Amino acid sequence: MAGLAPTFGRGAMTNHWNDIKNANLVLVMGGNAAEAHPVGFKWVTEAKAHNQAKLVVVDPRFTRTASVADLYAPIRTGSDIAFLGGLIHYLLDTDQIQHEYVRNYTDMPFIVKEGFSFADGLYNGYDADSRSYPDKSEWDYELDENGHARVDPTLSHPRCVYQLMKKHYSRYTPELVSQICGTPLKRMMQVWDTIAETAVPGKTMTILYALGWTQHSVGSQMIRAGAMLQLLLGNIGMPGGGVNALRGHSNIQGLTDLGLLSNLLPGYLTLPRDNEQDYNAYIAKRAPQALRPGQLSYWQNYGKFHVSLMKAWYGDAVSAENNWGYDWLPKLDVPMYDVLKVFDMMYEGKMNGYFCQGFNPIAAFPNKAKISAALSKLKYLVVMDPLTTETSEFWRQVDDYNDVDTASIQTTVFRLPTTCFAEENGSLVNSSRWLQWHWKGAEPPGEARPDVFIMGGLFHRLRAMYQQDGGAFPDPILNLDWSYERPDEPTPEEIAREFNGKALVDLKDPNTGEVLVKAGQQLSGFGQLRDDGSTASGCWLFCGSWTEDGNLMARRDNSDPYDMGQTLGWAWSWPANRRILYNRASADPSGQPWDDEHKRLVWWDGSKWTGTDVPDFAARSAPEDNMNPFIMNPEGVARFFARGNMAEGPFPEHYEPFETPIGRNPLHPNSAAVTSNPASRVFRNDMEVFGRADEFPHAATTYRLTEHFHYWTKHNRLNSIAQPQQFVELGEVMASELGIKAGDRVRVSSNRGFIEAVAVVTKRIRPLQVDGKTVHHVGIPLHWGFVEVAKNGYITNTLTPFVGDGNTNTPEYKSFLVNVEKV
Amino acid sequence: MDMNRREFFKFCGVGLGASSLAALGMTPEPAFADSIRHFKLTASKETRNTCPYCSVGCGLLMYSRGSGGKNAKQEIFHIEGDPDHPVNRGSLCPKGAGLIDFIRSPNRLHYPQVREPGSNEWKRVSWDEALDRIARLMKEDRDANFVEKNDAGQTVNRWLTTGFLAASAASSEAGYMTHKVVRSTGILGFDNQARV
Repeated sequence: MAGLAPTFGRGAMTNHWNDIKNANLVLVMGGNAAEAHPVGFKWVTEAKAHNQAKLVVVDPRFTRTASVADLYAPIRTGSDIAFLGGLIHYLLDTDQIQHEYVRNYTDMPFIVKEGFSFADGLYNGYDADSRSYPDKSEWDYELDENGHARVDPTLSHPRCVYQLMKKHYSRYTPELVSQICGTPLKRMMQVWDTIAETAVPGKTMTILYALGWTQHSVGSQMIRAGAMLQLLLGNIGMPGGGVNALRGHSNIQGLTDLGLLSNLLPGYLTLPRDNEQDYNAYIAKRAPQALRPGQLSYWQNYGKFHVSLMKAWYGDAVSAENNWGYDWLPKLDVPMYDVLKVFDMMYEGKMNGYFCQGFNPIAAFPNKAKISAALSKLKYLVVMDPLTTETSEFWRQVDDYNDVDTASIQTTVFRLPTTCFAEENGSLVNSSRWLQWHWKGAEPPGEARPDVFIMGGLFHRLRAMYQQDGGAFPDPILNLDWSYERPDEPTPEEIAREFNGKALVDLKDPNTGEVLVKAGQQLSGFGQLRDDGSTASGCWLFCGSWTEDGNLMARRDNSDPYDMGQTLGWAWSWPANRRILYNRASADPSGQPWDDEHKRLVWWDGSKWTGTDVPDFAARSAPEDNMNPFIMNPEGVARFFARGNMAEGPFPEHYEPFETPIGRNPLHPNSAAVTSNPASRVFRNDMEVFGRADEFPHAATTYRLTEHFHYWTKHNRLNSIAQPQQFVELGEVMASELGIKAGDRVRVSSNRGFIEAVAVVTKRIRPLQVDGKTVHHVGIPLHWGFVEVAKNGYITNTLTPFVGDGNTNTPEYKSFLVNVEKV
Repeated sequence: MDMNRREFFKFCGVGLGASSLAALGMTPEPAFADSIRHFKLTASKETRNTCPYCSVGCGLLMYSRGSGGKNAKQEIFHIEGDPDHPVNRGSLCPKGAGLIDFIRSPNRLHYPQVREPGSNEWKRVSWDEALDRIARLMKEDRDANFVEKNDAGQTVNRWLTTGFLAASAASSEAGYMTHKVVRSTGILGFDNQARV
């Protein structure tokens, strides 16, 4: 979540499902929880029924979430930063902010360097050739002689964050925002006024968002704008508050926590870049000193987490002498080899092999034609999946749905059957950061085997070949620690114990010499990790999940003694079983809850922090020590000003989708260079296949249905009965203009291809007046494919553009242009 | 009446029913109890699991047949929401309510297979053959294209010509193991579903 970490310090849902019940206001924007997360949405219903909460929905479509809202505002897809920027301007302008909160817990008083500037849609330091800001050094605080940031508590310094932000968003007037978003002015003001009510200390709004924010070329900045809004209102760290990223899959939270991304290692540690040849400098750069007196700056412990990881992976083979195996980690020459980059390389013929583990890229990635051409250039493709995926059969000719020349495709494809959830033990991490253990209930069909068996099997064969025959740099493969009881197939229990971590020698209290943890014992928390090789932990963030007390992920005590919904005895939540992140901010600077009756979460009891949740804080740091709640940030406070942590700049700015229905950025109407995100990477040949509004006039967006999950449930009989056939949604006005009736078959085309589907004509999508034009939206559900129990359909991502967010490179699935014709 | 779920099942079980009801002071006609068909979950094994679809993480109860004996293969015949689970409290959405059909999908894969270059068909292979062939392809590619030093002479130890796309619903244990193995080979083209 590249918008949240630069703001708060961690990139995860701040609160959790049950906590939604504590909200006074629920804003659903960039998501449709009632359909995509139906059971989680029960807690919105709970808040409405028992906490008199209001629900506000902002979405291009009148979704099922909107259908139970107190207030619904339509918005053009891709214009959320304008909406939120306008709201930030409105709150500052009318002074509806939580004053004491922002003054104490955010960077508003911090003074920014003189070289920082913003003009004509660009921040200082832009390089048009590389489409990036290579030098962000001025996007930072002015430091004093002690290395601490300078601050102005009066907020009057012209370069303090408060003043800079006020100036930045002064351009976002209600009229201009309404013009960009297509949201009728009166309705927009109603929404803004409703949200502003939560600026008082005892009232909270929670924001629920999902891929409707993430999947834009400015997705991370949309999320950041939402995060800034919540800071202004004092809603972070509060029960019933937060910015809640509703993850789309059951364990992408866990797999991300475990670092299964190009540039990461477990626990949000990061891989080195080429120029980081020196190990100590690599650690030092990631372990920042506190930027204000008395702040915790928890990443100062980076070295302990890193060394413990390398001990878990490489055991006795790593030590201080070889820098804990630093050279065995691959180094990056680019920020990341994300999937768009990898598939572009594949398309260019620069890759030979690819593995897809429970992932169906030909359906899930943008511009199917490019993905198909890329896969056809591979020498080998390995698919590990419980189901028959389209990717595993990308070479098969299936009518118009997959029109390929099979004989010319020279890729060898291996398809390995894996177990599904019901057939194995293990844990999944839900959106709330809960690690929940599950148990095997049946044998898998045929010869299907767990993923661990496949990874173990491949590793063994590779290691044996490198042992016998040698080969390119065998050291990390030969030295990988593999001391499992059954080397072919380590058990989930062994692996879970490994990522929790253990003491490798007796751990003694440095002052008293008392043995705290005996050699070989499981560690009870990441506070025990050390950087001298005496501890091993495969993922510091999960340390505490399997201790000497056993498997805490399997706990099933659902009691809730304070009736705050925290259920601290249910499963185990990272970090350290804390349920609401930054919860120190739920108390005022003196350590007492902002609202002692309805919002009591943690407080200072005179000698320690305690409460209804596990304090996300130094337990013995008294309020008068002035340590601030955002312990992962070296400044101790949350950031309105993202410093150098965002690709596009420190404050979110509205840029149009790469395929814009209005063809210009109304904030910068005369500068084509900043129509769309100037810091998004665009590959050769992809810019050329972006469509323009004269040929493809309609704004399209893709989404899920209640009855289907991604590309899986089309393989299921019940779900296929509920939603058997592919369709697209068109508004009544648009349909009547095009002479399309409900049930007609229509062709939807973008500049990259077409799909054909049944038209659903609906009142739920209305035309919007945007920048002097009428913009129609086309809604395209994503679930069909050419290997089905349901009826075969076209891959929706035939249509979508091959461009991503400037920070994460998550593709822009939610905003692109199409044309619609009756077939 | 205050009873937990398991007691409730027992209570509903025919046979036990009559005596339990009697013990509670409610005595139905014996003939009435006999006419109730056996509650289908009484003889089943209950296993707790988590829905693998979205990120709510709803608790599941999976019911399977089989004594649990060494030669008795468990088969799941019913899945419902776990009423003890603090988030879903027993409910499931239309996706989760159909999970039994995911386990039993006719499109589940049963055997390792290979599609050879230019071919229009799958060929069944053994696990050993599949893993041997894949491991050889990996090693050939890695040995030919591994980059130990970049043009500036810096140690980089990366392998870019093979990539790995990790899952969305694999357990954390499978994910951790995948990461451990993939990173040891030097692969950087490595992402999971969170990327998109």
